[in-house]
Amino acid sequence: MTTANTMSRRTRSVVRPLQYLAMLGYVVFLGFPLLFLVLTAFKTPQELISATPSFLPQSLNFDNFIQAIDKANLVQAAANSLLVAVSTTVIVTLISLPAAYALARFRTKLRGVATGWILLSQVFPFILIIIPLFLVLKQLGLVDSLLGLVLVYTVWSLPFALWMLQGYIAGIPVELEEAGAMDGASRITILRVIILPLLAPGLVATSLFTFISSWNEFFFALVLIQDPALQTLPLTLARFVGAEGQVQLGQLAAASLLATIPSLVFFAIIQRRLTSGLLSGAVKG
Amino acid sequence: MSLTKQARLKSGRPMRRSKSNRDAWLLILPAMVPVVLFSVYPLAQGILLGFTDAEAGLNVETNFNGIENYQKLATNELFWNSFRIGLIWAFGVTILQFLASLGLALLLNLDLKFRWLARTLALVPWAMPPVVIAIMWRLMLNPTYGPINEGLRAVGLPGDTNWLGDFSTALPAVIVVGVWAGMPQTTITLLAGLQNVGAELHEAAAIDGAGVWQRFWHVTLPALRPIIVAITTLDLIWNFNSFALVYVLTAGGPGGQTMLPMLFAYNEAFRYGNFGYAAAMGNVMVIVIAVFLFVYLRGQARSRLS
Repeated sequence: MTTANTMSRRTRSVVRPLQYLAMLGYVVFLGFPLLFLVLTAFKTPQELISATPSFLPQSLNFDNFIQAIDKANLVQAAANSLLVAVSTTVIVTLISLPAAYALARFRTKLRGVATGWILLSQVFPFILIIIPLFLVLKQLGLVDSLLGLVLVYTVWSLPFALWMLQGYIAGIPVELEEAGAMDGASRITILRVIILPLLAPGLVATSLFTFISSWNEFFFALVLIQDPALQTLPLTLARFVGAEGQVQLGQLAAASLLATIPSLVFFAIIQRRLTSGLLSGAVKG
Repeated sequence: MSLTKQARLKSGRPMRRSKSNRDAWLLILPAMVPVVLFSVYPLAQGILLGFTDAEAGLNVETNFNGIENYQKLATNELFWNSFRIGLIWAFGVTILQFLASLGLALLLNLDLKFRWLARTLALVPWAMPPVVIAIMWRLMLNPTYGPINEGLRAVGLPGDTNWLGDFSTALPAVIVVGVWAGMPQTTITLLAGLQNVGAELHEAAAIDGAGVWQRFWHVTLPALRPIIVAITTLDLIWNFNSFALVYVLTAGGPGGQTMLPMLFAYNEAFRYGNFGYAAAMGNVMVIVIAVFLFVYLRGQARSRLS
């Protein structure tokens, strides 16, 4: 026992610095690109094209942000993105809540079918879905329309939202509902008074995650939206990339940062719940 | 108490069953209608389209043409080249991602200072739009302004590589970006798995004289196995089907060196309007990924049994 202890202490004094060194490596790899993006957003065009660019911007000026916002289509794109993401989130939450409850609480064949579909929907490449979807939406007049995009995002985020939500519902003891029923409460009352408050954190996490996925989505928007006035933020940013010169890198970086802020804030709120929810899903599945 | 409960369940069972079945259907219906209309139906349609000569345009007639698309594909060198690139990309990213994430997860599982910093940074890519990740790395890899070349020049190495524009460096460069972008899910899943490995197991192994490396190999890895299989499977699928990152980074260039199958099929469908042909490519992609998954998962299941 004592020999084992001294052994491990000796190895620890050698290993610890190496561990910190490895962690430093990870921090640089993961953090440096972010830092560089932020710094670039504050650099003036002169600094960007200078032959000897400095790492830090010379001053903290917000010109790039102001100019990026001044470009009318960025504000328009942000409004489009917001509209699409909020609508998707509301619709997905409303229709996945009852379905998730049914999946978590009733033992029916549907459960197996739904789980199978959720997994299967991950395997198919989007190209197989988007071509017929494009044709269907075209017939309905929903190509080049934000409503069409909301529809596609709803269907596309539904499996994951359903999966997350039913996990949270399954985590609420069914005895609570039975106790309510014994006290004579109706099913609706039970759901409203007992389940909903307990489910609230999970519901928030699921909704915010749906919002983030819709806000960040690129492929479907690229195929379905042509009209510049209807572009979402990722589309506008991607178009910006082709046209950028060295001089405009600062504005591009600033616009990218602005587009990331909403997802980042929401993600910060839900990340603990999301990571624990994922695990329970992984272990059960 | 338990007796009354049992009695209640017993007496109420037949009626409850059928009623609860109907309730379940009613509750699931609102979610099922859009999924069937805009996901199941298009998917079935998409698979069928792969056997037609469908083209973009309003009044173009569509006919079934059997396996003609696949005969054409079989001799389409560009497609197979793109397929090869797609496999290198998917396996390269998945394997490197797994190794990098496992290392990070092991570190995060230790009681190190500044652990929160590494953990926070590891999560950020999860929240970022892929388009922004691509823009950020275009800055990093920019031949004149980018800090990577800057750093190389500072230590006296040739710092004029056009990482994303050069034939030999473009694919490795986008793979590195792919690893960066996909680290969060893999790391967090592995970390959660590590935290579930019982400390008693480690202590028992340590008392039996097992070293750090032996404990990792004989205790940690076997315990993590189901989670490793699950996350690498998902990563492989996600990576093989990924689009936005590489579309913005290189758009498939230079000279098709980073033309992933998804980009190739997208161009075929929405640039050249060959819907049927592009759907056929999608079908081939599904089959190939399904074969890989089958072989991998069966291999895993077998070695777990033995």
